[in-house]
Amino acid sequence: MLEHYIPILIFIVIGLGLGCVLFLLGYVLGPNRPDSEKNSPYECGFEAFEDARMKFDVRYYLIAILFIIFDLEIAFFFPWAVVIREIGMTGFWAMMIFLGVLTIGFVYEWRKGALEWE
Amino acid sequence: MTLTTELALLAPEIALLIMTSIVLVVDSLYDNPDRVLTYKLSQLALIITTGLVLLQFPEVSTHIMSGHFVSDPMSAILKIVLGLMTLIVFFYSYDYLLEHELLKGEYFILMLFAVLGMQIMISANSLLTVYLGLELLSLALYAMVAMNRTSAVATEAAMKYFVLGALASGMLLYGISMLYGVSGTLELPALATYLGAQTEANLLLVFGLVFIVVGLAFKLGAVPFHMWVPDVYQGSPTSVTLFIGTAPKIAAFAMAIRLLADGLQPLAGDWQGMLIVLAVLSMAGGNLIAISQSNIKRMLAYSTIAHVGFLMLGLISANQTGYASAMFYVIVYTLMSMGSFGMVILLGRNGHEADNLDDFKGLAERSPWFAFIMLILMFSMAGVPPFIGFWAKWFVIKEVIAAGHLWVAALAVIFSVVGAYYYLRIVKLMFFDKPVQMTAIKSSQEMRMVLSLNGLAILILGFMPGFLMTLCIEAMGF
Repeated sequence: MLEHYIPILIFIVIGLGLGCVLFLLGYVLGPNRPDSEKNSPYECGFEAFEDARMKFDVRYYLIAILFIIFDLEIAFFFPWAVVIREIGMTGFWAMMIFLGVLTIGFVYEWRKGALEWE
Repeated sequence: MTLTTELALLAPEIALLIMTSIVLVVDSLYDNPDRVLTYKLSQLALIITTGLVLLQFPEVSTHIMSGHFVSDPMSAILKIVLGLMTLIVFFYSYDYLLEHELLKGEYFILMLFAVLGMQIMISANSLLTVYLGLELLSLALYAMVAMNRTSAVATEAAMKYFVLGALASGMLLYGISMLYGVSGTLELPALATYLGAQTEANLLLVFGLVFIVVGLAFKLGAVPFHMWVPDVYQGSPTSVTLFIGTAPKIAAFAMAIRLLADGLQPLAGDWQGMLIVLAVLSMAGGNLIAISQSNIKRMLAYSTIAHVGFLMLGLISANQTGYASAMFYVIVYTLMSMGSFGMVILLGRNGHEADNLDDFKGLAERSPWFAFIMLILMFSMAGVPPFIGFWAKWFVIKEVIAAGHLWVAALAVIFSVVGAYYYLRIVKLMFFDKPVQMTAIKSSQEMRMVLSLNGLAILILGFMPGFLMTLCIEAMGF
């Protein structure tokens, strides 16, 4: 009964193995000739003035998330607009409900001040 | 079936979505002090939804929304239990949130979204709907765990939960994609028909099945996929632990039934073996590790793992009575777990979490009544008759023996005896140890009353387990 699952074990072993081997190959085979210039931080030509691992404003993240939602909305709208004549009232109202749900989310983020930069 | 009748069957979900949206807007528009308005509206939303489920209690199983959604007695019963459980969570958490300065409208809104996700999971009739509901539930839970964002433990727990949850979802989806690739259908009954017609073993099917079972085990928190459970239970605010430890278990059970029984029943021979291994490991791991815990939330987390093992035992017989016993188990377990975490909340005060076993020392002197309630809860968890927890274990073990797995049943009994040790240790701490401090327990009248009812329900149901069992058997369609 257990030999039934051997392919899955082989699959997992190969999956893990391949992941490790590819990683190690790059590490072992890749040329590695560091010098002080190569190891210094690079910042568009001029001297680096601070560590790259700093805290940055979470608002960028928020804007990115909000962007994705409305980007997806547009992605939904295009095919819908093309076939609107064929899908009839059901299709129309389905999209309106979708829009309504999205608007509620928009009202919420507006009220919470997610759109204010300062 | 016309669109109107379909929408009528969807009424509880639609109502909940509309109500949640209203709560969301109201909460952001009106700055109500102490979120009283948000709290009351959220309760109303749950009551309306549960009421709608009760109103249109289905006699038969109906597939709607092009076969993606099912309305049957099991889904109705589980949704009612889910609604009641979440209402109790609301009662227990309000004061806690106020005291720990965590009271935000989002807490209730996320919880309502989680309930919506769980309702979708419970009524899922296709692989896609299962996944949709699961993600709606999980995303709300990740955010709830991280609610206390200044706490390092809570953030770590949320991160862990998120990463492992995503991994589990990935596994589940991988399995789903394989099943879909082989059978060409997403609907669970159609999948079962396809699988039933197969005569020879198909490697891809076994692959899909393994990944689905792994995904399920992750979500249920069965050993060896349990790593997230203790950290999440300990790290979250207790009111969130209370929620995670109760309602989602019902949804996870429904997901297991939908996937394994509705969709993959013809492969029962394969998944039974996997579930036996998972169940035995969970009972052993959960009960043994729980003994060495000094934090009660962590101890209850390991106890959850052990109980999940028992829940899986109910599934391994792969027949209707077995599923009914598992359903009985999950309902009883959520009731007990609700009471236990409720006690942890009750004992906490002034922003201090009573999550150490020492906080229970000498409770009998401080409050004999609540020591008695905790005694009921712990005895029931340990499976001492006549409490309902005993009957839950009894029905499950009876089914396991009927299915012919005598040694599994023997192991289950042995590990529940092991488990009795750490439940009874709490009873010992409460009744035979001196209290560390004598401050009076202060909490709202509401909380005391609901918690007392919660405890007494376990005692009273213990005298008439037949009532709940009949419901469960009916739910499984006899």
